[in-house]
Amino acid sequence: MTSKRRNGWKPFMVFFILPAALIYTFFLLLPIVDSLRLSFYSGSGFIPTEFVGFENYKKLFTEFPFKQRMLNAFTNNIEFFIIVTIVQNIFGFFIAFLVTRKIMGNNFFRKISFLPTTLSVLVVGFLFKLILNPAWGIFDKMLTAVGLSGIIHPWLGDPVTALPALAIVVSWQFMGESVLFYTAGIDAIPEETLEAARIDGANPLQELWYVIIPAIMPIIGIVTILIFIGDFTQFDIVYAMSTTQANPGFATDLFGSLFYRATFSTPVRGGWGMGMGAAVSSLMFILVFSAVMVWLYFFKMKGDGNE
Amino acid sequence: MSKLFVKHKIYKILLFVFLSLYALSILYPLLLMFLTSLKTTREIFTNPFGLPKSFNLTSYIKLLTISHYLKYFKNSLIVSFISLAVVMVTSSTASYILAKYNVKGRNFLYLFFVAGLIIPIRLGTISIMRMMIGMHINNNLLSVIILSTAVGIPFGVFILTDFIKMIPEELSNAARIDGCSEPGIFRIVIIPLLKPALAAVAIVNFIPVWNDFWFPLVLLKDDAVRTVPLATALLFGQYSTNYGLVFAVLSMASIPVIIVYLVFSKQFIKGLSSGALKG
Repeated sequence: MTSKRRNGWKPFMVFFILPAALIYTFFLLLPIVDSLRLSFYSGSGFIPTEFVGFENYKKLFTEFPFKQRMLNAFTNNIEFFIIVTIVQNIFGFFIAFLVTRKIMGNNFFRKISFLPTTLSVLVVGFLFKLILNPAWGIFDKMLTAVGLSGIIHPWLGDPVTALPALAIVVSWQFMGESVLFYTAGIDAIPEETLEAARIDGANPLQELWYVIIPAIMPIIGIVTILIFIGDFTQFDIVYAMSTTQANPGFATDLFGSLFYRATFSTPVRGGWGMGMGAAVSSLMFILVFSAVMVWLYFFKMKGDGNE
Repeated sequence: MSKLFVKHKIYKILLFVFLSLYALSILYPLLLMFLTSLKTTREIFTNPFGLPKSFNLTSYIKLLTISHYLKYFKNSLIVSFISLAVVMVTSSTASYILAKYNVKGRNFLYLFFVAGLIIPIRLGTISIMRMMIGMHINNNLLSVIILSTAVGIPFGVFILTDFIKMIPEELSNAARIDGCSEPGIFRIVIIPLLKPALAAVAIVNFIPVWNDFWFPLVLLKDDAVRTVPLATALLFGQYSTNYGLVFAVLSMASIPVIIVYLVFSKQFIKGLSSGALKG
């Protein structure tokens, strides 16, 4: 492996690392830290004017309409995350289990499953907005064709069904990611382990329960934390399917769309100014950071032989 | 024996049918998008499910005449190519040091870079806006190029460091004996072997860069600097009742990524799968 002799930094090494380190630090890490700092200021048009301490957070957690909008985005985001997590993990694992069996065309299925994930969320959101649009009625016609005309519904117009509809579309799109990760996990199980289970007389179901599921536990963690990070910064799907106003009546508002409105909209359309925008993004950062810590605690610190 | 065989056969057929239904649920909406873009407005409503009677390119022609679509396309290509090139160069040199030299702080630096894989850059948007306005490159493709590069570097370092570690040290030592300098080893020994890993980095990074909507939305204002996703959103809003046109807009935005994925899906899946297993 690596030679142990060279220990000191030589000028060429610094020169080799510096470009990547500088771009990454200045344009990814520092802006996040700096946004945390800006959440303690008030100001307009991205110019901080006055240090206000925790005033922005106090407003965000106690005053109308900030508190209402924030709590609404929070509960919506939790609901959204739960739906996506359940659908993507259960279906994703199930499909990965199937494509790793020796079935005709399993390579084709593997390839196809990832196709929607490569598209932009924006395009997928617009596409399903059109499919669900009652004026064109393609989805309603499909329901009628299979005898389900009774459940025809203004899916995106009803506050009860709008958010789950968005969550299902996102799950549909990113299912491929779960399939890919679970497939990689199942493929990595040594053939001898499966062979040994079969010799011991395990049927496919026992094989699944006693060999495959324990082996892919870490993947469940990775898939779930990636979903969490994606969903708590999700914006594009709300923009595409429900506009930045998160129609109907903020029923589909997530932290991403709240952050966008707070920071970039005019006061009439829900703009709160720079400091409040920074407070919202800082709250999002705290949520994502906490989730990552929980994930590291449960899936990484237990020393499961993962380096 | 034969009874067991039959049971096994039925089980396999059931699995196949289920997977086929799943594949259909993926392909049908995408096919619907392409096919509808080729229909006339009348056909879209009278025959929404069937194949188009003829390949009608009116919507595409209209798209090219009412907007500067080729310009948006070119802008997206510029952003993708420049940022991918910079990611490949900077992360391969950095990875070479992290993989091959036992310098102080090496593990910390590796984790420092790789942490970027799970840090959502969007949360730094306000500070980024200030920086870009301060540098006078808001409303300039350069701002989006720089940000795409910053986002791409962690994945580049993650994949390339691993790959360079697997290159046997004997190869480098042989070059050393021949009097090759350390940077020379990188150029002569490492780079030629790095091509498959660089391809994986480029392909996996291309898709989020091409699809990025958030930073173009908040940074780019003028028509001349619009990228494809930003143009997609604006055209969709403006022509939402013209179904044929809107489906042509969505198809145009999707075709490049679908082609890249279908051509390079092997490298793509390999690149991402290694990420899943290493976590």
